[in-house]
Amino acid sequence: MTRLAVPKTYKLYIGGKFPRSESGRVYAVATPGGDFLANAAQASRKDARDAVVAARSAFAGWSRATPYNRGQVLYRIAELLEGRRAQFVEEIVQSEGVSASAAGRQVDEAVDRWVWYAGWADKYAQVAGNANPVSGPYFNISVPEPTGVVAIIAPQSGGSLLGLVSAVAPALVSGNTVVVVADETRPLSAITLGEVLATSDVPGGVVNILTGSPAEMAPWLASHADVNAIDLLGAGDLDWVHLEIDAAETLTRVLQPESGADAAAPSLARILAFTETKTVWHTKGLL
Amino acid sequence: MTSIPVVATQPSTRSRALALIGGEATDANLRRYLHGIPGIDAVGLEQRAAALGTRSIKTSSKKRAIDTIIGLIDLTTLEGADTPGKVRSLVGKALTPDPGDPGCPRVAAVCVYGDMVPYTVEALGSAHAAGRDQGIFVASVATAFPSGRASLAVKLADVADAVAAGADEIDMVIDRGAFLSGRFGQVYDEIVAVKEACRRADGSVAHLKVILETGELNTYDNVRRASWLAILAGGDFIKTSTGKMQPAATLPVTLSMIEVVRDWHRLTGARVGVKPAGGIRTSKDAIKYLVAVAETVGEDWLTPSLFRFGASSLLNDVLMQRQKMRDGHYSGPDYVTID
Repeated sequence: MTRLAVPKTYKLYIGGKFPRSESGRVYAVATPGGDFLANAAQASRKDARDAVVAARSAFAGWSRATPYNRGQVLYRIAELLEGRRAQFVEEIVQSEGVSASAAGRQVDEAVDRWVWYAGWADKYAQVAGNANPVSGPYFNISVPEPTGVVAIIAPQSGGSLLGLVSAVAPALVSGNTVVVVADETRPLSAITLGEVLATSDVPGGVVNILTGSPAEMAPWLASHADVNAIDLLGAGDLDWVHLEIDAAETLTRVLQPESGADAAAPSLARILAFTETKTVWHTKGLL
Repeated sequence: MTSIPVVATQPSTRSRALALIGGEATDANLRRYLHGIPGIDAVGLEQRAAALGTRSIKTSSKKRAIDTIIGLIDLTTLEGADTPGKVRSLVGKALTPDPGDPGCPRVAAVCVYGDMVPYTVEALGSAHAAGRDQGIFVASVATAFPSGRASLAVKLADVADAVAAGADEIDMVIDRGAFLSGRFGQVYDEIVAVKEACRRADGSVAHLKVILETGELNTYDNVRRASWLAILAGGDFIKTSTGKMQPAATLPVTLSMIEVVRDWHRLTGARVGVKPAGGIRTSKDAIKYLVAVAETVGEDWLTPSLFRFGASSLLNDVLMQRQKMRDGHYSGPDYVTID
């Protein structure tokens, strides 16, 4: 007897849950050859709004976690990514049309990159912070702090998993929470990453993943007054100059689009892009 | 909806109520009357409330709804940690909810504990309604709020004190213990006595809101009975909850109270207000209540003298929605005050 296939419903990942789009819309995801692959939820501006609310409410807990603890949590995501290797390879092969070995290399690189960023969690402040010399009996200390809610337009070309990881991981390191719009045409590995996050130790709402049209959601995220920074990494094909102008209206920090093979290469600069420096004065104790 | 015959308008609330009850307000008479009220179909009520929550509100209606909501809010602070300074900043917010938009309407009232009434009146200054139709009212909780566990003498002193300090409205709690053990007469007498204590030196009377604390009444039938009891005893408003316990105001409970108010209006022509309080935090929720009122008793009821929201955090969410509609992009908590 033949068995009926049980196809998976790809949904959004908002606030630690997997809702459908409030609009009820879905769109067909196809292989590069044009064959139907799956239906993915097409998020609307209201889903983006809900994701920002979820990210905002998760910010206090995630940013106050100790850097060491954050590093451990991020590292565990890498462990779970590794555990789901076969699933990621299969989805990448299907949706990107690459060979299994190329997909395997992409997953390996994504895992490695995640581990690399996890390591920075309790180290970046030592590098970016400083005890400033002052002419008086005071300490003057500068420390980097997370900026808040970061909206990200994930790369829309290149490796779908690697691009997403390269954009999300650095923002999480310092304690920001993230709303990410995934690769529109190849969203499967993004939603599977959501499943990895849901079963790891990351609190719900720290990462929120939206699938659908970046052109539709990016303007709302850029102009949203409760978004502190927007990474336009994969927005190169959009009218990103206007997004930047909208973002400036509500004092939102902007990272401009990148393209090419070395887009979003791992760097400390990507971590520090989403931090603010706090400088405090403190009296020296009586010696 | 009840089969009670229409009674000609009586000169006083008391005689009208007694005519309905059919005798003095004794436990036995009240029980006969209140238990004679048809029961509530809980499934139907919840379904009706859920259906009211699915009405599609278009942009222009939403704009109007949001301004209406602001004008119906009793901006509330009822914390043990309240200070005159906190009350002053709350009054500031009541007067100018959105400092970035002078066109933003003011709230209906400020609701505080009795000892904070003098500071509230002082902070409001000329904006205090104090008997006029224009301006912001001062509401004070009283009668050993929120538990109501004190002797009648203490409760009445509490009320008289707040009224003397300048409160325009008194939010009293009923004795839920007495109600649940069937001592309806005691609850009735207490409301009547509190209403009397609301009388000012010049003969005018502070508005009385009767808090049923529906979260402790367990069933919709009890909520309906308590609503009737509070109205019979002369309450000007029936209010769902103290906000100090869960569940506080829910849409089905409030809907059942609005239905009582509607029935009372049909029966006697008199208008009684409804105030859901506690747990209404988003404009989306608040709009559902507006729809419930408009579709049950009619839009006439959407005025501060007949409908209020008891809320504190609701105002911020409504203001953010208002800013969103004005500016065309989503607003955030950084653009409204914290308290």
